[in-house]
Amino acid sequence: MIGFYTLLYKELLRFWKVSFQTVLAPVITALLYLLIFSHVLEAHVQVYLGVRYTAFLVPGLVMMSMLQNAFANSSSSLIQSKITGNIVFMLLPPLSYLEFFSAYLLASVARGVVVGLGVFVVTLVFTRLTILHPLWLIVFAFLGTGMLGTLGIIAGIWAEKFDQLAAFQNFLIMPLTFLSGVFYSIHSLPAFWQAVSRFNPVFYMIDGFRYGFFGVADVAPQLSLLVVGVCFVALSALTLILLKSGYKLRH
Amino acid sequence: MGATPAILVRHLHKHFGSLHALQGVDLEVQQGEFFALLGPNGAGKTTLISILAGLTRASSGSAAVMGHDVVRDYRATRKALGVVPQELVYDPFFTVREGLRIQSGYFGLRRNDDWIDEVMANLDLLDKADRNMRTLSGGMKRRVLVAQALVHKPPVIILDEPTAGVDVELRQSLWAFIRKLNEGGHTIVLTTHYLEEAQALCNRVAMLKQGRVVALDSTANLLKSIAERHLCLRITPDTLPAGLAARVVSHIDGLHVLALDHYADMEGVLAQLREAGVCIQDMELTQPDLEDVFVQVMGAS
Repeated sequence: MIGFYTLLYKELLRFWKVSFQTVLAPVITALLYLLIFSHVLEAHVQVYLGVRYTAFLVPGLVMMSMLQNAFANSSSSLIQSKITGNIVFMLLPPLSYLEFFSAYLLASVARGVVVGLGVFVVTLVFTRLTILHPLWLIVFAFLGTGMLGTLGIIAGIWAEKFDQLAAFQNFLIMPLTFLSGVFYSIHSLPAFWQAVSRFNPVFYMIDGFRYGFFGVADVAPQLSLLVVGVCFVALSALTLILLKSGYKLRH
Repeated sequence: MGATPAILVRHLHKHFGSLHALQGVDLEVQQGEFFALLGPNGAGKTTLISILAGLTRASSGSAAVMGHDVVRDYRATRKALGVVPQELVYDPFFTVREGLRIQSGYFGLRRNDDWIDEVMANLDLLDKADRNMRTLSGGMKRRVLVAQALVHKPPVIILDEPTAGVDVELRQSLWAFIRKLNEGGHTIVLTTHYLEEAQALCNRVAMLKQGRVVALDSTANLLKSIAERHLCLRITPDTLPAGLAARVVSHIDGLHVLALDHYADMEGVLAQLREAGVCIQDMELTQPDLEDVFVQVMGAS
């Protein structure tokens, strides 16, 4: 277990040492989204009865920031270690693939949650939200960051160059997070795009997370939990298989 | 010497696509040995080390460290093994001490500062302990790599070209430390292109060529395998008797190098010089070194 704790500590220390980029920068980005979108749409859009647009937007932004940063943490750490070659420091010791996986996963969750808290605290300046179902909120925060952290491990193992990782981020992670109902309810979409959105697991994370705040959502939180839970377990299993086989790490 | 070999490799093959990097390597290194793994670039040295370290998987055959199979018993293998990789890698996020503490933790060691300090002291790293890895020179980074491989006091230590691009001072202090570890019972396996280092340090040598072991013997036996000695002469007048022409290896700037098949040939050479009335200014008899053996072995096979 000491091996696992050490790897987790190393991963936490890594992002903490550069918290200017890893925490402050995403909080500012989220703040900009909030300022711009609430300025443009506050007077025009009301998604749920009695919920102002700015209030509607906050949970989506918090969750989006958490997900993107959870992904960024594991993927960028792994690709940097692979490209600089210091991944051998983790491959030579007797760390099991399970320890390796859990440490990278938990560090990603931690970074996601820290960024999410940061974004939430900053948005308190603009709008005060009451949290109706804190347990649902916590469950979706952990499962969502866990799933994206896992996806980051897969991307970090698979990518051999920074531009391959960037492609993964730009062509998969960004569309999934942006087209997930962060800025709108999918009920405002045409039927076709509503149906497409229902194939996006990130939609369920955002929707379930939002339910934790408002007690209303586009789909039932139980369904969201099921979808997110199944995706998380499936991706974790895939990651463990990759790690166990040594895919792209041990030739 | 323990009963279990420090390293045991049997019929090891490795294919990288169409490249047959290891073609049935058999090797046994006993505990306490100081062993050299020599060969030209691409001979398979690093591939063999990577398989022992679990960084690469063999296509077929088996490898064990201290009796532990490198695949089945990977945890025990890696605890028994300290590897200094050939590439000069480092983690730019951490200081030297942080890096060494983290590396200890990976091996399951929590409070390891006494040993870390001892290793740093032996490698002249103490004054760099709290410097970030990024700010260190290449030689210093190399020292840290050696220190990292030793945090868990592994019984078997593999150094993959540890002195490539390293200054004389570090080489000497590094070898003094490695020797001390070897005397303390650690098994040392080393690859290097500096054959005089291998000759001075190692009691046994394996030579690899294109994925095969082409020579495996004690350093002393390998040196004995070359009977030919060279006799270097400066003479006045600077003309060799015609009878010695067949022995000439080279003649540069008045230095005649003659080949002797045996020590006993010396007598005849001197007699011929005396008869010709040649006066010897300077004379040196050179021993064959590991480099001569290496050239012969690589040329022959």
